[in-house]
Amino acid sequence: MTAGRCCWRECSLAGKYTPVAEAVADGVWMVRGADEAIAFANGGAIANSAIIATASGALLFDPGVSREHGLALGALAQRLTGKPVGRVYISHLHPDHAMGAAAFDPAIVHALPATRADLERDGEGFSDAMYRLLADWMKGTAIVLPQGDVSEGDIGFGGRTFRLMALNGHSAGDLALLDQATGTLLAGDLVFHDRAPSTPHASLPDWRASLQRLSALPHALLVPGHGPLDRDGSAIAQTRDWLGWVEQTLRDAVARGLDMSEAGELPIPPHFASLKAARYELQRSVSHFYPALEAELLPKL
Amino acid sequence: MKRALVFAITCVAAALSTVPARAAPADPLGSPMWDHHAARLFGKDPVVFDSRVAVRIPGIAENQRVFPVTIDARTLPDVRRIVLLADLNPIPVAVDYRPAGAEPFIASRIKLDQRTPVRAAVQTGDGTWHVGGTWIDAAGGGCSAPPVSRVKGDWADHLGEIRAGRWAEGPGETRLRITFRHPMDTGLVENIAAYNIEHVTIRDGDGRSLGEMEVFGSVAEDPAFTVLVKATGTISFEARDTAGLRFAGKVGA
Repeated sequence: MTAGRCCWRECSLAGKYTPVAEAVADGVWMVRGADEAIAFANGGAIANSAIIATASGALLFDPGVSREHGLALGALAQRLTGKPVGRVYISHLHPDHAMGAAAFDPAIVHALPATRADLERDGEGFSDAMYRLLADWMKGTAIVLPQGDVSEGDIGFGGRTFRLMALNGHSAGDLALLDQATGTLLAGDLVFHDRAPSTPHASLPDWRASLQRLSALPHALLVPGHGPLDRDGSAIAQTRDWLGWVEQTLRDAVARGLDMSEAGELPIPPHFASLKAARYELQRSVSHFYPALEAELLPKL
Repeated sequence: MKRALVFAITCVAAALSTVPARAAPADPLGSPMWDHHAARLFGKDPVVFDSRVAVRIPGIAENQRVFPVTIDARTLPDVRRIVLLADLNPIPVAVDYRPAGAEPFIASRIKLDQRTPVRAAVQTGDGTWHVGGTWIDAAGGGCSAPPVSRVKGDWADHLGEIRAGRWAEGPGETRLRITFRHPMDTGLVENIAAYNIEHVTIRDGDGRSLGEMEVFGSVAEDPAFTVLVKATGTISFEARDTAGLRFAGKVGA
């Protein structure tokens, strides 16, 4: 059980964020999140971020979970590139990726219009949930709505060219970014790697269609939203496999007459053994999908 | 004055006489509400913490309005009653099930108003309560935020809709799943009075009762129940809510 008996005397003091950059291509760094659930012990720093050096300042893709996290990522970007952050992209609404925008001028924070709408709707709720789980790690974190709308297409920024892709399926708006010079694809949470995908706002048909588009886009390496760098193209297939397995398994569970907690206990196939947080995400997905599957599959009297 | 004194002494004596003959054992979960709930639910009955009472819950309360719980006490003999409770909920007891013609097994979904122990107390024929359970962390508001169908405004359009299914579980046994559309209002939301399914009866084809449940407002909106009845063939069920409405159905007809 995560954080179950965490006593305030033992863990009321937040630590410091110490993000570590891994150079993955020329002028491109990946910052790994912990492949865990959001918890006080990790400060909520579970999502991957990416930093790209440009002449107009560093590009930061996903600014972390809190103001302090965003500040730490910004300082890291400045150390790596010699320039302050000049552009922040938020890949999608989820707080581990989005709430660190509080560390930046909203004018330089860009996202899909769908993501801004999501944050307008859910930002307060996310804020409550993150303050409850992360307490002091969240200090000073206000909800920052991205001010820059992005849309599908090529853009230039600071001498580099990026292909932006307006996708969806993990959420209502999922932004992916391809750095043309290096072929580095920043996939956000459309792609998980050796870490089970999470589905709180997922539409599985849309997610599959987006994975199809990403796999059709030539790229040399892929920075997933969670988990290690993917150099061999396996992460997209792994994400697709997991989503397909979850969907089929839960449909079968409803058809077999299992209730939700029983479905969450079903065995996870050995070929998913490398996926961190698999049981946790299966149980979350049961919560996300089961009532609708019952409404579809249980006979109405 | 003298009469008042006699009355006071009588009250003290009465209070002393209701002190349980043996206090409930210390709670392995360290719940602040254990003594209170134990005195209220178990009275003078013996209480033991027993690993044969399996409370199967997910490791995370992803949705505090709909938290799945499965209670399985099939390794205990002669079970008469199963009480599902969450110590720190404002409505602590969710279901009180008497599986007269059913296995000591029930799955349902409850609301969580905060981090709380979730327990099953299972009474056997000798009167002893066997207790199992664990803590679960949860965000607030499961009992005090309005149900989804109230927010959407369509609860009355679907009130009492039933979905159900049955599966052969073992020799002479049937797994029965029943879901009802119902707001299951707790009464803890501003301007929405308590309104919930309060009783469910399950019968075999001859009308013999297989199980009876008292159901409370801490059961999740659109409640779902899974039970294992010792019967085959037609199984009927009826729910009654606090407004006296009855929702009945049968499977295997």
